[in-house]
Amino acid sequence: MSEAAPDPALDPWTTAALVALLLAIDPHSLGGASLRGPAGPVRDAWLGLLRACIPPQAPMRRLPIGVSEGRLLGGLDLAATLRAGRPIGERGVLAEADGGVVVAAMAERILTTTAACLSAALDTGTVTTARDGIASVNPARIGVVALDEGIADDERPPVALLDRMAFLLDFTELTRVGDDPDYGLDDVTDARALLPRVTLGEEALSALVGTAVVLGVDSLRASLMAMRVAKTAAALNGRSEVAKEDAALAARLVFGPRATRLPPPHDQPPEEQPEEPPPPEEPPPPTDESDQPSDEQEEQEPPQNLEDLVLEAAKASIPPGLLEQLRAGKPPQQSRGSGKAGAMQKKGARGRPTGIRKGAPQPGARLNLVETLRAAAPWQRLRRAEQPDDNASRVHVRSDDFHVTRFRPRTETTTIFAVDASGSAAASRLAEAKGAVELLLADCYVRRDQVAVIGFRGTTAEILLPPTRSLVRAKRALAGLPGGGGTPIATGLGVAMALADQVRRRGQTPTIVMLTDGRANVGRDGSGGRAKAQAEAMEAAKQMRLAGLASLLVDISPRPAPQGQELAGAMGARYVALPYADATLLSQAVKVVTAETGGRNG
Amino acid sequence: MAQPFPFSALVGQDEMRRAIIIAAVDPQVGGVLVFGDRGTGKSTAVRALAALLPDMEVVDGCRYGCDPGDQARLCSECRERQMQGVLPTRRARVPVVDLPLGASEDRVVGALDLERALSRGEKAFEPGLLARAHRGFLYVDEVNLLEDHLVDLLIDVAASGENVVERDGLSVRHPARFVLVGSGNPEEGELRPQLLDRFGLCVEVKTATDLATRIEVVRRRDSYERDPTAFVASWAEADATLRQAILDGRSRLKGLEVGDAVMEQAARLCLSLGTDGVRAELALMRASRAWAAFTGADAVTEEHLKQVAPPVLRHRLRRNVLDDAGSTTRVERAMAEMFGA
Repeated sequence: MSEAAPDPALDPWTTAALVALLLAIDPHSLGGASLRGPAGPVRDAWLGLLRACIPPQAPMRRLPIGVSEGRLLGGLDLAATLRAGRPIGERGVLAEADGGVVVAAMAERILTTTAACLSAALDTGTVTTARDGIASVNPARIGVVALDEGIADDERPPVALLDRMAFLLDFTELTRVGDDPDYGLDDVTDARALLPRVTLGEEALSALVGTAVVLGVDSLRASLMAMRVAKTAAALNGRSEVAKEDAALAARLVFGPRATRLPPPHDQPPEEQPEEPPPPEEPPPPTDESDQPSDEQEEQEPPQNLEDLVLEAAKASIPPGLLEQLRAGKPPQQSRGSGKAGAMQKKGARGRPTGIRKGAPQPGARLNLVETLRAAAPWQRLRRAEQPDDNASRVHVRSDDFHVTRFRPRTETTTIFAVDASGSAAASRLAEAKGAVELLLADCYVRRDQVAVIGFRGTTAEILLPPTRSLVRAKRALAGLPGGGGTPIATGLGVAMALADQVRRRGQTPTIVMLTDGRANVGRDGSGGRAKAQAEAMEAAKQMRLAGLASLLVDISPRPAPQGQELAGAMGARYVALPYADATLLSQAVKVVTAETGGRNG
Repeated sequence: MAQPFPFSALVGQDEMRRAIIIAAVDPQVGGVLVFGDRGTGKSTAVRALAALLPDMEVVDGCRYGCDPGDQARLCSECRERQMQGVLPTRRARVPVVDLPLGASEDRVVGALDLERALSRGEKAFEPGLLARAHRGFLYVDEVNLLEDHLVDLLIDVAASGENVVERDGLSVRHPARFVLVGSGNPEEGELRPQLLDRFGLCVEVKTATDLATRIEVVRRRDSYERDPTAFVASWAEADATLRQAILDGRSRLKGLEVGDAVMEQAARLCLSLGTDGVRAELALMRASRAWAAFTGADAVTEEHLKQVAPPVLRHRLRRNVLDDAGSTTRVERAMAEMFGA
C-alpha cells in the first residue's frame, strides 16, 4: 500500500484507517479526530480499529453528552467520603483517560464549557480540579475523538475543539468498510518508540507552512498539527526523518478539510516565494507550463518541488462540496462557526443555578452534597456521642443538613428580526435594523439573550445572522446587506417561523420582530401579483398566531397604511408604526415585547 | 506542564508581549485581556509569564503570602503574629494562578475546611484560588465563557482587593490583590462591560500572515516539543535578561515623572475618543510610564504614549452603533489626527 503518496485515488476508508493508526501512535500531541457522520457500522469499525491500535493498557473512555463537570474534572467521592469521615477526592474522566483517548458522543451538541475543559486538557496535558473542596492537578494526556452527528452546516462541534484536533474526517458519504490496514499494533508500538527521534527538515517545514498559507489555513495550530502528523507518519514508516511522502500526507489530512481558498494559478508564483530558502537539490521549476488555470490540468502533471507536491496533496483532498464553494469564491461555512450550540444547550439542560439553600431535594432543586456535608460537619462529635455503638468513622447526616442547589428555569429569549429589504426604502430600513440589533446585543448581554436576522426581498428570504450573542459576528454578518426587489412577506414569515421553531427546540423562547410595510407583492412560489401575495401573507400570519409565537410588527412605511395593521392583527402581533424610527426607539419597542414574553414563559 | 514555553521564544505578537511586560513592571496598570484568533499563542504567552517574574518577599507561614513591607495590607493573622514579634520572611515565587472553567464558587473564594470539619469537628477556613493569587496574577482562559456567578465574584474582588467570605458560618476577610489576565475568542461571546472594565489593557491578537514568521513559530514549537529541557535551557539566558529588565524597570518606575506635555496629549486623545471619566487618562499615564521604565528611557515621551494607547483605550470606547469601524481603527484614527500621520 503506497499510503503516503499524494494519491487522490486513495479511498476514504483507507484514509480513515490510516488516521486511526496515526492517532493511536500519539493521541495527545495530535489532539484527536472529529468524525462527522451518522452512527453506524463504519463509525463503529473505525472506533474498533482505533481501539485495536492503541496499546491495550491505554484507556479509551466514552464521554456522554451530558457529563457533569464533577465527573469530567473530578471532585468529591461521596461514598468514600461518608465512609471515611473525611473528604476523599475522585478522579474525573479526563484524568482516568490519561494516556488514552476520550470519545465524545454527539459532539455537535457538546457544551461549550465541556469543550473548554477538553481543550485545556489538550493544551496542557493536565486537568486542574478546583471544586467540591478538592484542589488538584492530575496528568491528562488525552486525545479526543469527537463523534459529530450534525446535519446542518452550523451543527458542528465547537471550533475551539476542532482547532486542536489534527484530523477532520467526513463519514457521511462513507458507507462501506474497506480492508484492514497493513499495519497493526506492533507497528504502532515501534512507531511510538521511534517518534521522539524523528526530525523534520527545513524544506519539509517550509513546504508545510507555505501550503497552509496558500490554502488560507490561518490558525497556526493547523501548521503545528501538520508538522506532528508528518513526524508521526515518518515514525509509522520506520523513518527517522520526515520524507516528502510524509509531508504530503500530513498536508492532505490536516490542510485539505481546512482550506479556505484555492491557490492562485500555477504560472503566478505565490507572493511568499522570495522568503523561502531555496531547497538544495531543486530541479528547475517547470517553466514550460502553459497558462492552465484549471485545477484538473495541474493535478495531471506530477509536481516537481516539495512545496508543490505538498500543496497538490492537500488540494486533492479538499472535500468536493468545499471545493465547489471555494471555486465559486465563497468563504466556507465552517470557518465561521462558533460553539454556540453548546452554550445554548447548556441553558436548556437545567437552567441557571441561582443559589444554594437549606431544604430537601425536589424538582428544580438538586441536592448539593458538599454543602450538605458542610452543614453536617460541625455536629459530628455530638452525633457520634449520641450513638456511641455506631461505627465511629461514619459521617452522620440528617435531613436537617440537606442543602439544595436551585436552578432557575431559563427565560432566555432569542429575538428574530425579519427585515423587509425590498424596494427603495431597503437601504435605510436595513441600517435601522442593523443598529437595533447591535443596540440590543450591547444591551442584553447580562440577560444572555440572542439575536437573529432574516432578510427577505425579491423571491427569497434568507437567514443573514443565525442566533448569536456575539457582536463581532453580528457586525460581520450585517455588514453587506443587499436590498431591492419585490416583497415576499409570506416567504419571510415562513423562514422566520422555521427559525423560531428551531429556537424553541433548543429550549429558548423566540420573539419575532417583523419590519415591513405590509404590502406583499410576491407570492411563495416567487410569482408576482399583489392579491395572491397578500392572501398568502395573511395565511402565513395566521399560522404564526396559531403557533403561539410572540411577535411585534413594525410598520416602516413612510405613510402607514391599513395593510400593516391587518397583518399584525392576523399575526396576533403588537403593532408599532415607526415611519421615522431610529435604532434606539426600535430597540425600546422590542424590549417591551421581549419583557412580556419573558414574563409569560419564565 | 513542568516547563512552560519560554516567553522570549515567542515569535511576533509584539503588542501582546508589550502588554504583559507592562503588567509585570507595574501591576497597578490593571489586568491584561487578550482577545483574538484561535491558535495565536494567547495562553502560551500568559503561561510563560510565571517564569519571567522575579521572586517576592512574603511573610513566612502566612497562608495568603502577605507582603512584610506593606503594613497596611497585612491579613489579620499576620497582624496578630506581629504583636508577638518581628514577622519571619522568605522569598517566594510570584503566583500565576489558573482559574479553570468549571471551578466551583467554594474553591474560588475559599470555604469551610471539610477535612478538619468532618474529622475533628473544627471550624476552619480553607483559602481558595483568590487567596493563592494574592500579589500575583489570576489567569482566566476563555474568560468570556466564565459562569456568571464567578464573574460577579471576580468583578467585586478585583475592584476592592479584598475577599470577604460569609458562608458556612464563617466570616473571613483577607487581602486578594491580583492582576487579572484573561484570554478568549470574541466570536464565542462578549464580555460583560463591568468585567471588561477591570482590565487595564486589552490586546487584539491576529494570526501572523507572514510566511517567515509562521515557519519560525512552527520550528520553535517543534524543537520545544522534541526536547523541552534543552529548549528551555537555550532560552534561559534571554529570559533572565528580560527578567532583569523588568526588575530594572520596576526600580526606575518611581523616579519617572510623566511631564505636562505628555499628560495633555493623553487627555486630548481621551477627549477626542469620548472615553468615560478620567480612568482612561490615568491608565494611559501609568502604562506609558511603565513602558518607558522598561525600555530604560529617561523621560516619558510621546513615543511611549503612542505605543501603549491602543491597548489602553481599545476597550474603553463607548459603543457607537453608527460607526462600523472596529475600536482599534477608531483609536488609530484619533491618534493619526493628533500626532499626524
